Amino acid sequence: MSSTSNSTATQCYHCGENCESDSLKIEDKVFCCQGCKLVYEVLAEKDLCDYYNLESFPGESQKKRSSLRNRFDYLDDAETESNLLDFKNQEESHVTFYIPLIHCASCIWLLENLYHINAAITFSRVDFVKKKVQIKFLHDKISLKAVVELLSTIGYEPKINLSNLEEKPVHHTDRRTITKLAVAGFCFGNMMLFSVPEYFSETALIAENFRGLFNYLNILLALPVVIYSASDYYLSAWNSLKQKRINMDVPIVLGIISLFFYSLWEVLTYGNAGYMDSLGGLLFFLLLGKVYQQKTFATLEFDRDYKSYFPIAVTRLNQDREEVIPLSKLDVGDVILVRDEELIPADALLLSSDANIDYSFVTGEEIPVPKRKGELIYAGGRQSGEPVLLTVQKSPSQGYLTDLWNNESFEKEKTGLLEPLSNKISGVFTWTVLAIAAVTFIFWAFQDISLAIKAFASVLIVACPCALAMSTPFTLGNTLRIFGRGKFYLKNAAVVERLALVDTIVFDKTGTLTDPSEATINYVGEPLTMETEQILKSMVSRSTHPLSNRINAWLGPIEAKKIDQVKEVKGNGIIAGFKGQKIILGSKTFANFNSDIETSSGNMVYLTIEGEEIGVFHIESGLRNGAEKLIGDLEDEYQLHLLSGDHPHEYDSLQGKLGTSMLYNFLQSPMDKLEYIKKLNQRENSTMMIGDGLNDAGALRESTIGVAVTDQVSHFSPASDAILSADSISKIPGFLSFAKDSRAIIKASFVLSFLYNIVGISLAVQGILSPVVCAILMPLSSISVVVFTTLATNAVAWKKGLLTKNHT
Amino acid sequence: MEVIFLLIGVSLILAVTFLWLFFKAMKDGQFDDDYTPSIRMLFDTHKKSTKDQSTKPKSYE
Repeated sequence: MSSTSNSTATQCYHCGENCESDSLKIEDKVFCCQGCKLVYEVLAEKDLCDYYNLESFPGESQKKRSSLRNRFDYLDDAETESNLLDFKNQEESHVTFYIPLIHCASCIWLLENLYHINAAITFSRVDFVKKKVQIKFLHDKISLKAVVELLSTIGYEPKINLSNLEEKPVHHTDRRTITKLAVAGFCFGNMMLFSVPEYFSETALIAENFRGLFNYLNILLALPVVIYSASDYYLSAWNSLKQKRINMDVPIVLGIISLFFYSLWEVLTYGNAGYMDSLGGLLFFLLLGKVYQQKTFATLEFDRDYKSYFPIAVTRLNQDREEVIPLSKLDVGDVILVRDEELIPADALLLSSDANIDYSFVTGEEIPVPKRKGELIYAGGRQSGEPVLLTVQKSPSQGYLTDLWNNESFEKEKTGLLEPLSNKISGVFTWTVLAIAAVTFIFWAFQDISLAIKAFASVLIVACPCALAMSTPFTLGNTLRIFGRGKFYLKNAAVVERLALVDTIVFDKTGTLTDPSEATINYVGEPLTMETEQILKSMVSRSTHPLSNRINAWLGPIEAKKIDQVKEVKGNGIIAGFKGQKIILGSKTFANFNSDIETSSGNMVYLTIEGEEIGVFHIESGLRNGAEKLIGDLEDEYQLHLLSGDHPHEYDSLQGKLGTSMLYNFLQSPMDKLEYIKKLNQRENSTMMIGDGLNDAGALRESTIGVAVTDQVSHFSPASDAILSADSISKIPGFLSFAKDSRAIIKASFVLSFLYNIVGISLAVQGILSPVVCAILMPLSSISVVVFTTLATNAVAWKKGLLTKNHT
Repeated sequence: MEVIFLLIGVSLILAVTFLWLFFKAMKDGQFDDDYTPSIRMLFDTHKKSTKDQSTKPKSYE
């Protein structure tokens, strides 16, 4: 079964990237780098080349892979190991890894065939949606570290972070509600069966002696529903009463109790049927709504704290010996070694002469900032270039950024910010029903006391707000689903209601409104000749630095000149030789550029040829696609604010593009951002914060709704209430107005269910409610409300273009 | 008509058995991941068990 597909020779057989040369070759297969070739060799040796047949180019480029041998040494630490393992006995250990790279069928196939590579791995199973793999291995024959190294060799390095270590990964799938639903469904179905004779009582379908049996069976079946399935409602109602409030669950519990005890009384004293089947149906539909509302985006993590960002291990210098230790064992004063592409785990002073710190994790700005010896470097930065030595100033949990997490706003839960609509109504509802029931009781009590009791209970039973209680979960659940299709993922359904009341929107600038890849470039200096441009093209196209990429894009599709030698000094620039001339493109000192050029803003790249100063590239980050339209759409209805950690040098250009209605704030530290939101909230504003970096984490948390914008939804984003894919940012006005519509739909369905209640109660106060009427009226009202909300939300979404046909 | 007593018993036992089976399946995690198995079942298994001696890439067709 050899693959006969004759792909273009320049594409890497492993990852599909374009190969610069075809020197790395095995038989007819070309590879882009040593890493990819190595993976292929391992797989070929173990006869696992089916990997390449299931999908073409299944691998991920191995160019950027860290090649450090000892980087997994911390896994030998017994404490670390026991924290990571799910289970361990004499022979076997079980561990679950998160591998973000899992993306196709080939990945699943390879990861589930690990035992071919090493027989000590007895079992491996992939959960594709969660991007997790569970591995069982014999720890006498292979260590945890060796398993991780093996995964890394075949290109699937697991992501292990600090929060994995601190607590056992808990099984998030909440199966309890489903269990309760199953019990309620089972009992409901059987009770309906036993109640059939009641529905046709006039026709005397079945002999009299069965009725008693059926009624007692119904009581028996109702017990699990009342005791087990409904238990959450008792708890919630009790908690709300303790706080002297009435939430939606209070009238529900009132209904359940009156239904159950009244039916019990009917069956035991009169031998009548009671309403047990209605009770089962009520709980079944309620729980169905709950399950629907609980739909979460299991693959997304909304509650990350700083621990997810930080590296798990760090290289410490101990008397000139390198040792890899877990981060938790790092102390103030330790000297650490941070290599290329590694994160700085704690606020530290730079001991080496130069460093280039990329703060893209923190601010969203991906261009590295040069730092000099003795400067303080905040945790969260990523070194690019030569390895640097640092001395730790603060423990990782007390740094500049992590301080945010110790702020009080992270302590409190975001509850009580807004009372759900249904809770407001349920207070009024409960008192009204109780009043009607009391009046009915008094009215009948003068004529017939047993009829009075019956009418009193009937009112409570029929008024039970099942339709009322179901309109909210089904509307919000469906709204959540529609948002998800637009790549806007909400943490839970309550966020939808808060979204509808937002009146103030605060934007972060870098990475949120601006997009690093939409840069604008100005060149100042001597005009460039065609030849120079071609030389520059060939220089920048070999570099992966973001600024090089932008200059490359600016130069356009011109042909690159062949040049003698090119050397990139990471973090500084590129040196090239052409016809004996030395061409330098890079930072001011690196290019030895002395004269000052009027700088307005942005990043500068200097160009010198043979020491002669040629010119400067100004590179400014540009606005994200659709950002101008977004602001234009929002400015009439909402108060807009912009918070930026940058210098105000871009103020004029921003104001020109985004208009003057927005309030601009520059030089905002993460703490300032938090305080700013706090101030807005104190002025009774309902704020929505839209940000992307770790420095927005405090503000995202403090705001009524924190929205994290990210280019890759499964990648890291700060703790938030919602995650928005960056390409959907222009849809925000649509999302906001849709949230308002779904609130209106909830209100409309309340009206509908009130109409049902009026019909039901008018029957009940006359004392003529029969089990048949009850059995028809209750499910009918529930189902019609569910159908109404689902159809209405879908219709509105269609109209607004949030749902389209070709969504999968 | 007395057979109904028997039938009720049988039907309840059947229903409870199904409920129990559902719980068992849920505990085993059958409903936790409903996507990966759909891919997994498409993999061929012919190469896994038979270790070929030849080291060259083989073509069966």
